[in-house]
Amino acid sequence: MNKHMADWWQSGVPWIWLNAAAVSASLVMVVGLLALIAYNGLGHFWPHPVWELEYRAADGSGMQHLIGEITDEEETSVERMRHAGAQLPENIGEDLDRFLLKTGNRDVSGLDFRWILGPLIVKRDKPEKLVVFERTEWGNFYGFLKNIKQDGKVVSEGEAAWSELQSRLDEVAAVRKQIRHIEKSEIGAVNYSIEQLRLDRRRLELDGDDTPERLAELQRRRDALQAEFVGLQKKLDAKYREIAGDSVTMTAMNAQEVDIPVAKIVRAYRPNGMNALQKAGFYLAKLWEFVSADPREANTEGGIFPAIFGTVTMVMLMSIIVTPFGVVAAVYLREYARQGALTRLIRIAVNNLAGVPSIVYGVFGLGFFIYFLGGNIDQLFYPEALPSPTFGTPGLMWASLTLALLTLPVVIVATEEGLARIPSSIREGSLALGATKAETLWRTVLPMASPAMMTGLILAVARAAGEVAPLMLVGVVKLAPSLPLDGNPPFIHLDRKFMHLGFHIYDVGFQSPNVEAARPLVYATALLLVLVILVLNLAAISIRNRLRERYRELEQ
Amino acid sequence: MSMEMKNAQNLDPRIIGSALGPTDLGAEDHCITVRDLNLFYGDTQALKGIDMDIARKRVTAFIGPSGCGKSTLLRCFNRMNDLVSSVRLEGKIELDGEDINAPSVRVAQLRQRVGMVFQKPNPFPKSVYENVAYGLRLQGIKSRRTLDDIVEKALRGAALWDEVKDRLHDNALGMSGGQQQRLVIARAIAVEPEVLLLDEPASALDPISTLKIEELIDELKERYTIVIVTHNMQQAARVSDYTAFMYLGKLIEYDATSKIFTNPGEKMTEDYVTGRYG
Repeated sequence: MNKHMADWWQSGVPWIWLNAAAVSASLVMVVGLLALIAYNGLGHFWPHPVWELEYRAADGSGMQHLIGEITDEEETSVERMRHAGAQLPENIGEDLDRFLLKTGNRDVSGLDFRWILGPLIVKRDKPEKLVVFERTEWGNFYGFLKNIKQDGKVVSEGEAAWSELQSRLDEVAAVRKQIRHIEKSEIGAVNYSIEQLRLDRRRLELDGDDTPERLAELQRRRDALQAEFVGLQKKLDAKYREIAGDSVTMTAMNAQEVDIPVAKIVRAYRPNGMNALQKAGFYLAKLWEFVSADPREANTEGGIFPAIFGTVTMVMLMSIIVTPFGVVAAVYLREYARQGALTRLIRIAVNNLAGVPSIVYGVFGLGFFIYFLGGNIDQLFYPEALPSPTFGTPGLMWASLTLALLTLPVVIVATEEGLARIPSSIREGSLALGATKAETLWRTVLPMASPAMMTGLILAVARAAGEVAPLMLVGVVKLAPSLPLDGNPPFIHLDRKFMHLGFHIYDVGFQSPNVEAARPLVYATALLLVLVILVLNLAAISIRNRLRERYRELEQ
Repeated sequence: MSMEMKNAQNLDPRIIGSALGPTDLGAEDHCITVRDLNLFYGDTQALKGIDMDIARKRVTAFIGPSGCGKSTLLRCFNRMNDLVSSVRLEGKIELDGEDINAPSVRVAQLRQRVGMVFQKPNPFPKSVYENVAYGLRLQGIKSRRTLDDIVEKALRGAALWDEVKDRLHDNALGMSGGQQQRLVIARAIAVEPEVLLLDEPASALDPISTLKIEELIDELKERYTIVIVTHNMQQAARVSDYTAFMYLGKLIEYDATSKIFTNPGEKMTEDYVTGRYG
């Protein structure tokens, strides 16, 4: 090595480059990951053009008329396609493009995705009149609008039918909202009350207090609720009838005519005819639906609001449980316990607890919290509901507790470090003024250690919000019928099961009946999960920074 | 220059501020009495058979080389040594005739009577006001007016009021080291202790701040019994009425400051105060 090289080596410059390269690599990976997720997830909501294709069937059965969105494309070898039985023209080279066409209309044609080969497309077009329906079931529908019927009679045809359809859809949407309100809130509340009455009655029987007067009173209230229920049911039926009559006739691909009830249509749009502004509006509406609405169609359509809500609620509950618990444990370990072999052992145990695989916590939560604690709570406090369990089944509270246990070591370690960093001169100053040890802790030491506690909480939140495996055992479900928070007392239902973004990703991506349609949602949900964790963390960090500002001596 | 001349220069009566003050320890009213005090850190004996009387409303200085036990002795007076679990104590310390190590004594109450200021200024990361009010709030004083009055009085007593009256609610950590140390003194005198223990209060400060602290000590002795540990011989000579010289855990000599510095009874004392070692 020449001298120049040796000098360069000794100057430390290569070391700086190595460090910088490591940082850049990490940065590129993080940014790349987020960009990939964002691109795949957010693109899904943009209205894609819909193609009308003349296509020569690859099996040689003649010409086909196809309508659909191109959702994917790839290059493949002609050889391979020929081998698979495709009848391709001569002289088209070595490779060809093939496209994944989303043809929708699952109820009509059975399949809603198919691969088509580029060279066999005879003609392609993007007619502005092409209509896309988003439906409450069976996925998207693509086709041309022919007419609108009311109770079987044609009321509108041609271009006029399009505007007529829009106004009828608005009406349907309004009625559907009312139906939703009746079903979810009003009938939900009546059902809840009836169930409570059933439990009251059962309790009276168990306690031997079931005197005829009391039973009659319960029966009277039950009858009143039953009457209310029948009234609501009638109202509901009327609403359903109100929107049942309308239907649209559509010309789908291969010139097939299909009747679709307007009540089943969520949204109708003509993507090929939209200008950029309309597309942007559509995009925002879809995005808003995604974050604010309930899921439809086995989670492959609609929104994921319950999953966002469940994730945030669970993390909040976890924080509320883990912070005091961890802080108190750390205070004892650092301030009161005699520092000896035993405390060292406890510290090692706590640190190792952080390394236990999360699924093990899930198993523990299931065995101890749910079966043992929950089972006993049910025996003691909810005997009237047995054999169906109240707390002896996975639910929000047990999930939060399990995750609190999982993140407890992080909070303990961070708090202990914070306590250790407070100079003894401050403690002595307080003691010398006549404060007892407890007063010193409460008035001086704990406030000064609060930024460290927040650091522990930040780490805990980051870990808990992304955890999925243990939750599958202790409370998460793929579709929860109701949120853990509602208008029925006691308003927050800790015994309920809930949805979670992490589990939602897994469920939609791998357990869904229509994986192809759900794939963009996997990305979108992943992006949202990252955002939720980011927001939770930023909130905690800003609190910590404010505390640090207040007790900045520690940073000097 | 001969040794005698050096001594004479060092001990110029003009810099021994208290030379004209009280000289007869036996005639004083004794605030603290220490009898046959032995203190052990585990197996090491840090204080050996200390006997001494601290005069009320006088300034008593402890001098001696590092590790001689002067800070340990000081910390016995408000039982700060209790914080060290390996400490064992023999002998008796009485405050106003009452054994401070008796089981019936509540240590928090004792520390309200015997305040302490440490070497490094240690204000709490709170406002100036809250620092001074800390001890008062501990005593359960909640009335805003009472607090305001006492805080002002304490800050005036510590010669800090004029400097901080416009920023009582700023963080105390923003003040200079000298101001912080005077704030800590204000905090200590706010609870009206009988005795004020100063553990090298000026060693972390610049000369001007040191001078202010010394002037303050001179004022404070009107109302409090002050015990000060110092490394600085001139400071001991300037501020104290009585001086105790300690060496290796023993009290070698204890007498009026003027006597210790001009005519010490022990050879070791003379060697130390003339700077021959230490």
